[in-house]
Amino acid sequence: MQNNSLTQYIELFDRNRDAIEAHSSAVVNRLRPDALSALHRLGRLPVKGDEGHSVMSLAEMFSPDFGVNINRVPFAVDVAASFRCDVPNLSTLLGVVVNDTFRPTAALTANLPEGVTVMSLAEAAKSRHELVEPYLGRIAGVDNAPTALNTLLMQDGVLIHIADGVRLEKAIQIVNIFNASSPMMAVRRVLVVAGRDSQVRLLFCDHTQNAGINSLVSQVVEISAAEGASVDYYDLEATDSANSRLSQLYARQARGSRLTVNGTTLSCGCTRNEYSIAVADRCDTELVGMAIADGNQIVDNASSVFHNADHSHSRQTFKYILSGSSRGGFEGAIRVDGAACFTEAYQTNRNLLASDSARMHTAPQLEIYCDEVKCSHGAATGQLDPNALFYMRSRGIPVDEARRMLMESFMSDIIDTIHLDGLQDRLRHLVERRLGGRRLDCGECNTCK
Amino acid sequence: MEDILLKIDNLHAGIEGKEILKGINLEIHPGEVHAIMGPNGSGKSTLSGVLAGDPRFTVTAGSADFHGVDLLSLSPEDRSHEGLFLSFQYPVEIPGVSMVNFMRAAVNAKRKYFGEAPLSAGDFLKMMRKKREIVELDNKLASRSVNEGFSGGEKKRNEIFQMAVLEPRLSILDETDSGLDIDALRVVAGGVNRLKNDSNATIVITHYQRLLDYIKPDFVHILYKGRIVYSGGPELALELEQRGYDWIKQLADNE
Repeated sequence: MQNNSLTQYIELFDRNRDAIEAHSSAVVNRLRPDALSALHRLGRLPVKGDEGHSVMSLAEMFSPDFGVNINRVPFAVDVAASFRCDVPNLSTLLGVVVNDTFRPTAALTANLPEGVTVMSLAEAAKSRHELVEPYLGRIAGVDNAPTALNTLLMQDGVLIHIADGVRLEKAIQIVNIFNASSPMMAVRRVLVVAGRDSQVRLLFCDHTQNAGINSLVSQVVEISAAEGASVDYYDLEATDSANSRLSQLYARQARGSRLTVNGTTLSCGCTRNEYSIAVADRCDTELVGMAIADGNQIVDNASSVFHNADHSHSRQTFKYILSGSSRGGFEGAIRVDGAACFTEAYQTNRNLLASDSARMHTAPQLEIYCDEVKCSHGAATGQLDPNALFYMRSRGIPVDEARRMLMESFMSDIIDTIHLDGLQDRLRHLVERRLGGRRLDCGECNTCK
Repeated sequence: MEDILLKIDNLHAGIEGKEILKGINLEIHPGEVHAIMGPNGSGKSTLSGVLAGDPRFTVTAGSADFHGVDLLSLSPEDRSHEGLFLSFQYPVEIPGVSMVNFMRAAVNAKRKYFGEAPLSAGDFLKMMRKKREIVELDNKLASRSVNEGFSGGEKKRNEIFQMAVLEPRLSILDETDSGLDIDALRVVAGGVNRLKNDSNATIVITHYQRLLDYIKPDFVHILYKGRIVYSGGPELALELEQRGYDWIKQLADNE
């Protein structure tokens, strides 16, 4: 294998295998040999130009010699500063992940209802391995190089397990805080298991502290929704320009389950989100993405919804507002198996270019092997409607405010798909602030002081 | 009537290098209603667009003095603040922007322009309610997105509602009668007439005499090939209705 950005991490693993495995349990370590041989077979990380990679090179994203917290050194972090008022009016069961380490809080543990488990994945793999083993690594597989690398190096993350029939009213919120004083990579793993006829709503928020320190998050999320389960997964990123993020979500939906996945990128450095959702029969899937980027930010979303059985519905909606010299990418696919009759699958991508140098690459894809389906896809990239802009200005609305109002309205249907009331209001507010060029952290806001 | 509200002098303007207005002269005093009529393509909508500041048009010569302000040097928003209002021939649908937010932004921008504090939520809603009555605009429409899903008549009523809220000194009604049935026309014209007073003025741009039965003009101007070729009193509109535009065209073309 030639020397490349992948080799350095394989060498890192080879050198530190004992330490890595000593901090993990058998359930996790058992997955590593397969991951390692897959990486040797795959040989490299995807580069720009590979299929489904039109705007960024993951090989480049991983090429800096990031440190990995192999020896589980604890990092101090000011939890309150990152999310104090992030979602007011939303009472959640709150957990915190610092880099890749789950931090249990007394309040969380005390308030978890029966049948609901939210804990460190490393800890769960040790003490509750029966909850972890049937799923971990089995939904994601190792066919994808960065996913295999995550499996090779992972040590911790979060397990969320909802027992059969448990319908959780409160949302579970996991705040991911990245904090490092030197360039670092966090290898984070999230496992969500929703039992039969269970219901859960999850909110993940990504923040950075120590802005300006180069960091990389490699995150693999595995979601299993059993028959009749209902899962909402909201992922809100508000990091800074030195942050790179690769998030790969793999979901498996059993018959009659419902899944909403919403990925929102409010601010970032370089972000790629991959969604791979496999649905059985009579499922409902809503996959939504929203990105606002400026400066030199890059946001790339790649989605695949696999319809493997009949009578399932899926909708994918991705919207971007790009300004400055930012770049956006969308590679979305719908794949309908020959057995998946009466599938309804739709995909939409709409993009607003708010500056001359912003760029959007979009590649919608349909692969259909069954005749009895309703499917459509559409992508459109454009600028603000000059007629609407003039209409507003003619009523006295200053041009900057008119532009902001139009951009907000562009995202309003996406925000309307959120099934968490407090989050809907909050996101509307954050989008307003973001488009108004204001800070997203507590900064100037005093509402909770 | 010594005060001049708007004085347009030798205005030339065009779009994408093509000259459409070829020397417009027009003087409007407070309290007056001027009708501008003319065949298709004569430049009527260009004139309203140029006065309102539509960036698609380029002014190549001439001036427009609006109560002492150089109108053509102002941004569209400042023209609005200074008291110019254009009722659009085709009001724009803006999905996702509610009428309430739209009007609040407009009202408060104007207040800011004149150094006043924004209206309180209560005062604003009270004003909206009062102004709605002028054009019998349904409260349901006021809570929807701007013009989205409105019928033709509702859109035009919404234009006059906005005019009532902004209290302009000069309103330009661009083909306000197009797409209106007779009942809607009566409501819209009634609204315009209620808003009329001694200190404001109206320019009614129309194809047909019909609207002028409801909004009575003091002056009628005929625009043809980018110039006002003929001006007269209200009787001119009736004459056009009977004789068509051909005699005007001949008159102008033979000049």
